[in-house]
Amino acid sequence: MITLSHYIVLGAILFCIAVAGVFINRKNVIVLLMAIELMLLAVNTNFVAFSRFFGDVQGQVFVFFILTVAAAESAIGLAILVLLFRNRSTINVAEIDSMKG
Amino acid sequence: MNNDLLQLICFYLFGGVAVIAGLMVISVRNSVHAVLSLVLTFFSMACVWLLAEAEFLAIALVVVYVGAVMVLFLFVVMMLDIKQEVVREGFIRYLPVGIIVAVVMLVEMLAMIGVKSMHAHTLGPNPAGNSNVAWLGQALYTDFLLPFEIAALILTVGVVAAVALTLRQRLGVRHQSAAQQVSVKATERVRVVKMAPSQVASVVPPPAPPAAEPTQENAK
Repeated sequence: MITLSHYIVLGAILFCIAVAGVFINRKNVIVLLMAIELMLLAVNTNFVAFSRFFGDVQGQVFVFFILTVAAAESAIGLAILVLLFRNRSTINVAEIDSMKG
Repeated sequence: MNNDLLQLICFYLFGGVAVIAGLMVISVRNSVHAVLSLVLTFFSMACVWLLAEAEFLAIALVVVYVGAVMVLFLFVVMMLDIKQEVVREGFIRYLPVGIIVAVVMLVEMLAMIGVKSMHAHTLGPNPAGNSNVAWLGQALYTDFLLPFEIAALILTVGVVAAVALTLRQRLGVRHQSAAQQVSVKATERVRVVKMAPSQVASVVPPPAPPAAEPTQENAK
């Protein structure tokens, strides 16, 4: 019998994998973007599970909007990445420091 | 076989594939392989969502993410010329930090979730009834109509921003101006020249040196 905790634990594991990915990949912006997508997927899984188990449609509606915003975000993120690569010829995170933040 | 047991086996199968593919996303050497692993993760999670009877969102995940966003990622990864060995520098150095942070976070999350207490929530009857799409669409087009329209606006802004960011104006290149081409008038392109309808041919052919003269007059 699948319980609510199954879904939430799976979401937590995926989220932690994504956090580890952000820490490990200091050189590759593309993998950072993919780790962010993985985090959003984990959070969406929680929303879907809660929506199903508590019988509330708002969880699934929220997942719908998260998917929309994530699609726009990744499109703009990749556009910025292409622009960055065109100007600096690198996607190394350590070398992208022209703003001295 | 018992239906509940079958569902549980499917959940563990898809969840396990998703976790393994997620680990591959952050650890493989080649960026293209990482993107393909992410596709596998999304696909497995779509199957998990199907087990939670969120059919519309599962299909939307496959269509939107696997079909569009991941192809975009793949396109960018293949377009950029990335040196693998440079990208992998520091992987071993940051590995312990990443693992420690992830494991501590996972333990904290599991402690907060309280695995035992949540086992009380088992799968009840489907609140969506027969059709998940009707259930979701009913809410989306009544209570959430304004956010739905705003989502469409966000997508439009995203498209315009992505195009505007990557559009490049190169100097020293000849190109057509469509606006000028369309707005041109016939009088600017064709000039009507008045000419005499006929010319009298000279009866006696002139000598050789001034032979070019009649043709010049003809051109006038």
